[in-house]
Amino acid sequence: MTDERLADVGVLRRLLIRPELGAVVGALVVFAFFASQSAVFRSLDGVANWLDPASTLGIMAVAIALLMIGGEFDLSAGVLTGTTGLILVTLATEYGLNVWPAMLVSLVVALAVGLLNGLIVTRTNLPSFIVTLGTFLMLQGLNLGVTKALTGTVQVGGLREAGGYAGAQAVFAGTVEVAGTSFRVAILWWVLVTGAATWVLMRSRAGNWIFAVGGDERAARAVGVPAARTKIALFMTTAFAAWLVGSMMALRYTSVQANIGIGQEFIYIIAAVIGGCLLTGGYGSAIGAAIGAVIFGMADKGIVFLGWDADWFKFFLGAMLLLATLANRLVRRYAEEVRH
Amino acid sequence: MILQTRDIGKSFGSVLALRGVSMGVEAGQVTCVLGDNGAGKSTLIKILAGVHRHDTGTLLVDGAEVRLTGPRDALDRGIATVYQDLAMIPLMSVWRNFFLGSEPRKGLAFDVRTARRVAGEELRAMGIDIRDVDQPVGTLSGGERQSVAIARAVHFGARVLILDEPTSALGVKQAGVVLRYIARARDRGLGVVFITHNPHHAYPVGDRFLLLNRGASLGEYAKADITRERLTALMAGEAELEALAHELERDESTM
Repeated sequence: MTDERLADVGVLRRLLIRPELGAVVGALVVFAFFASQSAVFRSLDGVANWLDPASTLGIMAVAIALLMIGGEFDLSAGVLTGTTGLILVTLATEYGLNVWPAMLVSLVVALAVGLLNGLIVTRTNLPSFIVTLGTFLMLQGLNLGVTKALTGTVQVGGLREAGGYAGAQAVFAGTVEVAGTSFRVAILWWVLVTGAATWVLMRSRAGNWIFAVGGDERAARAVGVPAARTKIALFMTTAFAAWLVGSMMALRYTSVQANIGIGQEFIYIIAAVIGGCLLTGGYGSAIGAAIGAVIFGMADKGIVFLGWDADWFKFFLGAMLLLATLANRLVRRYAEEVRH
Repeated sequence: MILQTRDIGKSFGSVLALRGVSMGVEAGQVTCVLGDNGAGKSTLIKILAGVHRHDTGTLLVDGAEVRLTGPRDALDRGIATVYQDLAMIPLMSVWRNFFLGSEPRKGLAFDVRTARRVAGEELRAMGIDIRDVDQPVGTLSGGERQSVAIARAVHFGARVLILDEPTSALGVKQAGVVLRYIARARDRGLGVVFITHNPHHAYPVGDRFLLLNRGASLGEYAKADITRERLTALMAGEAELEALAHELERDESTM
């Protein structure tokens, strides 16, 4: 009988169709390359070093991945990390607020921005690319304009002196000692966020709805999926992630540049796409996006370890993106082909 | 009769889309609605499905007159409609699609294990041989997709199944597969409203036949009262067909 052979194909098929496959292979190749060239890279200190940029990028990439699976983009997410950081530092230094309530205020503002993005997109049916490009530019203007008006410079700083700084710093920007090497606590947050996002996607009703609204919104509505609510929740999740990352950066550096986060929005999208997200929505994975961020972290630091010019990073980025998009296209065609 | 219409009618502005149509669906029987494009088939099923409100005549569910307030109302009364486009997400697995919008819960979580098992069982109970409920719906054939949509409606408590042209986009073999599932749903005691413009698909599976032409009924026939030939002739519109034959003949002679 041919049954056994069919079963084997089934397993292979299921493996191939996992969205994170490309990212896993990519991460292994990139790791093998840099690890073979640099002893520092493969040491525990090296790992802690390249996991650091991977973690903050990863938190954002995972949130953006959920949003992209739901069929939308958010170009304002990068600048929003700056906005939340600026609000936190400004309130804590210029207005003497304790760090914790200042963080709460910036969280409320971030969620409001996410809600606004979501409401405009779902009410008007305009492409989220355009809507969030609008909020991106508006936030960029606000970040610079308000900071200049309040301080006369393009930066706010001095968070270290604010009340509650030590506690908040330990929770969001501290380090954890593992085998004599200090790892950033952001790595823990990143793992937590990735785990939570994966659970939501694979094991909750909301996850089913996210895949559905991104796959075919009209069909999802027809069977009673609350499409608008799902999308608004996704925009607010992205905003929440931006708040988390913005607060981490502010607490870590104790000062925030008014132009921070600009250009990052595309890096998040690229990491999500490398992780297997389709630009057209309805397909992707949170773990994939997290691994996409690891690839970035490794390349970012690996190029420095090898003593190469940092410009090569951009070239690498573009090449990875192209490869990932090609791989995803094959997967989609495979999944959607109709057999008779 | 689970579902019945008496002299039902609907107009959109000055257009009379449907006039004086009477039909009925019995449990465990198949009522076929036949008609050419523009005959009023879609208007009729949209009234039955709760999408449109009728203007004249009466709609009865279990013998009692009702006015459906919307598709949800129809569903709550056990009237499920499977449209041509099926409302399924190609990139999602069979079991995820099966429970989409009505996911079983276990605490806060989506009870994935139950969903996967029940989807498989329901499909098998309908005699649908899906190799793997984890495969994306996009990889299924047209007939298989129709079958999954039918099984889904049956599982969620449908007593009346309205099928909108389920065989029109399919090849001969695939259409046969879908007809078999229609018979299977009928055997499980559901009333089926089967909309089609193909009398050869309708006749073998149907118990009653409603013929529509230009928004009006040409009559509702029990299977015993009509032959396949008569049904085909009525469908084609005898007079029109004769006129067409003449026209074609003349064209040939002038060549």
